[in-house]
Amino acid sequence: MNAPAADTAVEMATDSERVAELIRQIPDPEIPAVTIGDLGMVREVEIDPATRRARVMISPTYTGCPANSLILDSVRETLCRLGFEADVDKALFPPWSTDWISDAGRQKLRDAGIAPPVKGESRRALFARVPVACAHCGSEHTKQISEFGATPCKALYRCERCREPFEYFKCF
Amino acid sequence: MAQHPDLVEYCLRLADDQLVLGHRLSEWCGHAPTLEEDLALANMGLDLIGQAREIYGYAARIMRRGCSEDSLAYLRTERAYRNLLLVEHPNTDFAHTVVRQFYYAAFMTPYWNAMTASADDHLRAVAAKAEKELAYHLRHSAQWVIRLGDGTTESARRMRAAIANLHCYTGEMFEVGGMTRRLVDAGIAVSPERVRRAWDESVKSVFDEAGLMPPQAPIHMQTGGRAGLHTEHLGHLLSELQYLQRTYPGARW
Repeated sequence: MNAPAADTAVEMATDSERVAELIRQIPDPEIPAVTIGDLGMVREVEIDPATRRARVMISPTYTGCPANSLILDSVRETLCRLGFEADVDKALFPPWSTDWISDAGRQKLRDAGIAPPVKGESRRALFARVPVACAHCGSEHTKQISEFGATPCKALYRCERCREPFEYFKCF
Repeated sequence: MAQHPDLVEYCLRLADDQLVLGHRLSEWCGHAPTLEEDLALANMGLDLIGQAREIYGYAARIMRRGCSEDSLAYLRTERAYRNLLLVEHPNTDFAHTVVRQFYYAAFMTPYWNAMTASADDHLRAVAAKAEKELAYHLRHSAQWVIRLGDGTTESARRMRAAIANLHCYTGEMFEVGGMTRRLVDAGIAVSPERVRRAWDESVKSVFDEAGLMPPQAPIHMQTGGRAGLHTEHLGHLLSELQYLQRTYPGARW
């Protein structure tokens, strides 16, 4: 593919930003309603338009989440398609937190029937409970059915008002 | 950069605990008492295996030549494994699984928390995530200890049996040898002595609520895992875990 002209610093910066944006738009393989940008997983994007090298650091969510390697591969694939030599790696530190999920991402989760994580609650006492609002009707009269759900990041809840089950993106 | 000479051995201890316990939890997949619990056990297993991969990968990078996270997991024999005897104990029944998980998580949650101040960048990074993951394991297993201990006559009987069988493997978690001492002095490792009080308090408060008690008479603590001296159960576990790579060396998919 043809590299866009990168004659000036401004154009180079724009190009970097465009590439970064395309990476942020990659959907999460487990929850395709949100992108890895919404989740706050894209930490560093360094592009050198002259050598066509790109270095990207991704913050994994849960250490053992099977989606992690798939996400790294998707990023590599995107960079390849754009004609870059990709250097993609995991950045374990600082540790990813659900507080990094953007407000837009939280709304998309809600729209997909997944209650977004409560902000600032990633550290909790052993049996402390935070009220979780129903993803459908917004009621806080909800009950946890299971601490662990279909993916490492989710728990199962039921709304006591509208009686609908829903998933909750756990605070982490 | 020159690494501390004991670092690889220390990494193997941590990662072997995680892999072996993660494998044990994976054995429940499709067999747990309820669907929700099946998911929970598999999720906790995934967390542990994910943590093990990070640490094996790190150890392999230090060891270099022909070493990878896979070769460490699949090609070492039983005597080379450094895990605690507690984590290789068979699942037995759900009560044993719960008690084993609770003992381990009550120990590792404060342990990883202390490790977030390690002088080793990689271990510090793993610890920052593992600490949060283990806090979930601790809470989940503690809830089951309470529910089963304070449940029916049968569930309480099974919990007492599990505690009687497993308590003798908890002493090994707190052993401090020369290697640990050297790494603690270097600011890399966490001394298990530092988490003794937190572990005692978790066990006491959860057992109190569950109406359970640790064994009252002094018991002989079983040990040997850190030196590669295991119970008869680890060999059987490894024969399953390593089957594919032993049968078809180098197989990839």
